[in-house]
Amino acid sequence: MSEHAMKPIWFFVGLILTIMGALILLSGIYQLISPPAVKTVLAETHPDIWWGAVMILFGGTMYLKTRKQSR
Amino acid sequence: MEAIGLSFIDWVIIVIYFAFVLGIGIYLRKYTINQEDFFLAGRKNSVWVAGLAFLSANLGALELLGMTGNTFKYGMYVAHFYWIGAIPAMLFLGVYMMPFYYSSKINSVPGYLKLRFDERTRVLNGVAFAIMTLLVSGINLYAMALVLHTFLGWNWDVSMWASAVTVAVYVSLSGLMSAIFTEIIQFFLIWFGLFLVSILGIIEIGSLKEIMVRINEFSPQVSFTTLWSTSSDPTQNGMFINWGGIVLGLGFVLSFGYWTTDFLVVQRAFSAKDLRTARLTPILASFFKMALPFIVILTGLIAIALSIDPKSGFKLLHDGGQINYDSALPLLIARYYPAGLVGLGVTALLAGFMAGQAGNISAFNTVWTYDIYKSVLNKNASDAHLLWMGRVSTIVGVALSLVTAYWAKSFPSIMDYMQAIFSWVNAPLFATMLLGMFLWWITPSGAFWGLVAGMSSSFLMYLAVKFHWFAERIITMSSVQSDMAANFWRAWWAWLICAVVTIVISLFTEKRPKEELVGLVKGLTEENYDQYLPFTKRPEFYALISLAVLIVLNVLFW
Repeated sequence: MSEHAMKPIWFFVGLILTIMGALILLSGIYQLISPPAVKTVLAETHPDIWWGAVMILFGGTMYLKTRKQSR
Repeated sequence: MEAIGLSFIDWVIIVIYFAFVLGIGIYLRKYTINQEDFFLAGRKNSVWVAGLAFLSANLGALELLGMTGNTFKYGMYVAHFYWIGAIPAMLFLGVYMMPFYYSSKINSVPGYLKLRFDERTRVLNGVAFAIMTLLVSGINLYAMALVLHTFLGWNWDVSMWASAVTVAVYVSLSGLMSAIFTEIIQFFLIWFGLFLVSILGIIEIGSLKEIMVRINEFSPQVSFTTLWSTSSDPTQNGMFINWGGIVLGLGFVLSFGYWTTDFLVVQRAFSAKDLRTARLTPILASFFKMALPFIVILTGLIAIALSIDPKSGFKLLHDGGQINYDSALPLLIARYYPAGLVGLGVTALLAGFMAGQAGNISAFNTVWTYDIYKSVLNKNASDAHLLWMGRVSTIVGVALSLVTAYWAKSFPSIMDYMQAIFSWVNAPLFATMLLGMFLWWITPSGAFWGLVAGMSSSFLMYLAVKFHWFAERIITMSSVQSDMAANFWRAWWAWLICAVVTIVISLFTEKRPKEELVGLVKGLTEENYDQYLPFTKRPEFYALISLAVLIVLNVLFW
């Protein structure tokens, strides 16, 4: 048997959503500063910035709440 | 025909996903000690873990692409797959069937057939399920490579081998637990990766009501935006089906056949920590199932609304003069998602493909190991040997899936047989299960020959229509035809034939003593589970809430 208790799945879900959300948010900020040549429909609403932030908020909460828990 | 271009940040997100799922497989390896850990995730899962995995095992990328495309083709009737075509069956499984499955401590659905009937019925279903699982797994692998090639321009071989090897590594390391972990990650990636398409579609068009108005103005004769109000006349709805086909074929046989007997999904409930959790598993999943049309159906309706507006510039792809309906979702991703979000959308689809593959393989390794290998080939296999066999059969299963995928690539019409495969195994099995679980006098011979008759008739009906041995209207009882309507009605007839043959043979063959069936058949088993709990904490209470939500949704979109 392993010495360490298994981390719950929510820890991993929180981690991956936070990492991906941060990358999308940073990419959105970069595109705000340096707009791409070809724009997508509704690009002016900057979905990458607010959706990245939503992912960080959701994933980060999940990660922080479960990082000390075990299954 | 490449629809989506990937930037550096998109590739980073995709690579992170692959590294993550491989890392999870390696991390969970040290917690996979014995066969119960490998095949049933240690039977320790909470209702949220088991419930989301139960739903996600069914939530493949092919379904997302296919159902969005089907909505474009058939309209809102596709929502029946998520509501009446799923929820009653999931609730029935949780409330009535799960106690018999879970309490008998079986490892697989064929294992129940062995306890209730005999070894031959178990092996028949085990072999049919194993073949079906490998075929579906291989065809999914091929379909994934096709989608990635069409929309991203990726190399066929690299797509198939990269995903197959990744799945083989993490499932062989830690079995069902790693499959469940990746399925839950997939669930969140799909919601975060694809729900935004619906949100942006509504923002662009104006409102949900405006989407409906545009579609109705374009097609005033045939309704694409209702669920039931045009179901009395098949010529008035996009699916060309009446309410009888929906209720009997989809709502009853196909739905109950899939959700209550398909081991791929039921296995997730077996991993629950106790009976109450196992019963709540499909009930919790039913709430999330009902929410999926807000991604899938809504996206399809947005695609219709945009395509009928020439100013939008939105048009589905064409392959050889035929509309490629599956292109609806990828084209909307390309339309709305900037760099970074594209990577998330593609990762959501990849996760759907790979989790679907892992689900099939983890169900295959269990049925092969318990219901074929241990049951027929090596009855005295030890715990350690079965664990080893589980790992070996995972790798062999993935290899066979690859062979099937290459076969499908050289023989694409194999895709047409997919629906036939499902109604071949699941529809008659539901009749066997229903009768066996609720009528004590159903005999082993009745079950076996009923199952043989149901499976054979389903397959023969498919071949008969395909090769014009008789007209499709004989099966559908309708003057207008669609593949979907034929699938629903064929499943109904296969179920009915299996049920009638099972009952007739049972009347004339030897019955098992009642005392041998305690715990396996309703009426012979004491049913006092969860009676000590207040009603608001019982699975039945949550099932009633789910049923109420289902009714409200159907009335809202009547």
